[in-house]
Amino acid sequence: MSVIYILLAISIIVAIGFFIAFVVAVKSGQYDDSYTPSVRMLFEDELVKEKPKKSILTKKE
Amino acid sequence: MEHRTCFHCGLDSSSVEIIYDEKSFCCQGCKTVYEIFSANDLTSYYDLQQAPGATPKEIEGKYNFLDNAKIVESLLEFDDEKTQIITLYIPHIHCSSCIWILENLNKLNASISSSIVNFGKKTVRISYNPENLSLKNLVKLLSSIGYEPFISLDDYSVGKKNVDRSLIYKLGVAGFAFGNIMFLSFPEYFQVNEYWLEQFKHLFRWLMFSFSVPVVFYSAQDYFISAYKGLKSRILNIDVPIALGAAVLFIRSTAEIILDIGTGFFDSLAGLIFFLLLGKFFQQKTYSFLSFERDYKSYFPIGITKITSEETEESIQVYDIQKGDRLLIRNEELIPVDCILIKGKARIDYSFVTGESEAVSKQSGDKLYAGGKQLQGSIEVDVLKSVEQSYLTQLWSNDIFSKNKEDAFTTLTNAISKRFTIAILSIAFIATAFWLFTDASKALNVFTSVLIIACPCAIALAAPFTLGNMLRIFGKQKFYAKNASVIEQLAEINTIIFDKTGTITANKETTIAYEGSKLSTAEESFLKSTLRNSNHPLSRSLYALLNEHDIVTIENYEEHIGKGIEAKYHQDSIKIGSAPFVGYSQETETLNTAVHVSTNNTYRGKFTFYNRYRKGLSKLFNQLKKDYDLVILSGDNSGEQENLTKLLPAKTKLLFNQKPEDKLDYIKHHQNSGAKVLMIGDGLNDAGALAQSDVGIAISENVNVFSPACDAILDASNFNQLFNFIKASKSAIKIIKWSFALSLIYNCIGLYFAVTGQLAPVIAAILMPLSSISIVVFTTISTNFVGKKIQQKVEKT
Repeated sequence: MSVIYILLAISIIVAIGFFIAFVVAVKSGQYDDSYTPSVRMLFEDELVKEKPKKSILTKKE
Repeated sequence: MEHRTCFHCGLDSSSVEIIYDEKSFCCQGCKTVYEIFSANDLTSYYDLQQAPGATPKEIEGKYNFLDNAKIVESLLEFDDEKTQIITLYIPHIHCSSCIWILENLNKLNASISSSIVNFGKKTVRISYNPENLSLKNLVKLLSSIGYEPFISLDDYSVGKKNVDRSLIYKLGVAGFAFGNIMFLSFPEYFQVNEYWLEQFKHLFRWLMFSFSVPVVFYSAQDYFISAYKGLKSRILNIDVPIALGAAVLFIRSTAEIILDIGTGFFDSLAGLIFFLLLGKFFQQKTYSFLSFERDYKSYFPIGITKITSEETEESIQVYDIQKGDRLLIRNEELIPVDCILIKGKARIDYSFVTGESEAVSKQSGDKLYAGGKQLQGSIEVDVLKSVEQSYLTQLWSNDIFSKNKEDAFTTLTNAISKRFTIAILSIAFIATAFWLFTDASKALNVFTSVLIIACPCAIALAAPFTLGNMLRIFGKQKFYAKNASVIEQLAEINTIIFDKTGTITANKETTIAYEGSKLSTAEESFLKSTLRNSNHPLSRSLYALLNEHDIVTIENYEEHIGKGIEAKYHQDSIKIGSAPFVGYSQETETLNTAVHVSTNNTYRGKFTFYNRYRKGLSKLFNQLKKDYDLVILSGDNSGEQENLTKLLPAKTKLLFNQKPEDKLDYIKHHQNSGAKVLMIGDGLNDAGALAQSDVGIAISENVNVFSPACDAILDASNFNQLFNFIKASKSAIKIIKWSFALSLIYNCIGLYFAVTGQLAPVIAAILMPLSSISIVVFTTISTNFVGKKIQQKVEKT
């Protein structure tokens, strides 16, 4: 039954891994603005739709 | 004529003929923006939202201060040779189109490497290459597409802001520990005396202990600190029983596992802290795009043009202005310091400072006060005092601005917690005393159980969830409260004081009345044609209010500054202006603004301007008069007294000619005699009164522009709903009281187990989250019900 020690260790390491991910996310400002990303996500399509007719002139780089 | 609206900004464009690309525009500015966008393939801007744009404003010279390297440096967040990063506040950000266009700025200028919008805060964070694009040109670019950033003295050297994220960390730690401890405690809750459980339970218990340590010492630290502070100032606030409960939970549970008598209550402990923090987090929601703490700094420009001794212009920081400097104030610029007018004609709008709506004319040699806004052309002034010593800025040295209203107010929760704590402590002692005589071994167990189960988690959650949800509901109706305690205080007021200009009157609208001999149609058209030539604000508003007439070409137009205008048309002559100017000597005593007219040197009559009151004002006052004392404190003269007496309920007190300090003192005086005052104002001149009152609400025609420091901001369009908002606040208080009753029922059930000495960890683990969750559900449902009712009422009117 000592396998439980390994299992416990793994589960806690996984949990702590997620916890660290959470702290990093907060630190990088992910929770500072909860609205704009929800709108921004929908824009990707807009740009794709536009690209074919876009002249090379105005394109960046 | 067919009705058209501007494709760019949505304003009416029926009367102008600007067509481009088969689209109609209201002005050249809007058309130019469209041209910029279509040339850069950015016309998706108009697909996302109809007419999302703003007309770009004339900004020539306005941003010259951005040439000053020191000012630029203080605004930047990050600065090196290749990149500069700046966060700009852009009030116009209001829809998804705005996000889209601002995040595609690099299509307009390749030097911009990235731009990220924060919609809530209405800011955009731009990284750009300073070698090809200066900050000044960046600002000009934004202005040219209708997204003019707002840069004020408030932004000065706040480039590197520290965001306080500690609450979210604490919540994260508590949630993380709560989840893990729950899993670890399950085996023992369902224990079936298996062999392996006996072997491993000590390990499980110590793991739970180690998870709960950060919860108690990090997540819950605010409760311990607040309880300690409360006790020190002899107040039994709600955090006292919470801290007591959490401490007892931790100590008893630790003792239990050390002495190997039980599993302890670690899951309940972590759950309790988690739910409490969740409530705090929920209540913390604020309107990040609004600022409730504005002082003069948010209104003042950051840079100003100084004229050096060599007659050259130089941009300097406002803080660097010294006595004796010569400054250039451009049209529409704010005067930042007290000064003397040297050159140019000044028309100063002091509505910021005094609330007086009329602009005043000044001659060279006159003293100008800080806070005035120049309305026509440029002027040159000599500085008398530095920024901090000017008249307007001194108002902020009144100590009322440094007081924290929230601290002084005893919330309902804290009021009840005093009785609650005393009751719990007495129950705990009585029960312990009882057990000491019957079965002494159980006494300690009972004592700690009572403190654990009585921990007022549900009570502490009732107010945050009710008020937090109420804040959101009010926000949807354009009533933005600073924090939850504002709603509690709003429910308690008994006196309502209104400012007049801009608060109960609409800012831009006036009505006119004509007295005198009737003008013929020809005369009226002559009058209107004459007014058309004048740029004086009164002429402009009179022109706008007169009926449509054919415009005739007038001759011999002449403007006499400070007196009036005269003109000739064929044989007729007309004079428009002040009473002496038109040759009217029997000036009767009037306090309202009036424009007199004479034709062919005979006096005809006068146009009197009246304020227009907001829609539903009379009705609102009649709704309020039953329960509240109503007062109007106006900085204006008493010209409108008669009008107001007719309009408002008889018992409304009207006071005129009130200076900012008078308003503040009036409120203080009434508060001392026990009144709870709600002040409703709009300008900087009300700032003192808003700060002094129990609740200060600023009325704003456009919530994105400025309102003075206050507790809540109300959009002017919903001014007539004020009564409903107050009523809803009272309902919120009722909901909180019902939640208290509900949570007391849970406490009684829990106390039964505790007092009889049968409190097992599993009961606490069920009862505590259950009570918290049911309170959250109850408050959410009932506040939403109240919110629905408000919404229906708003829709009806």
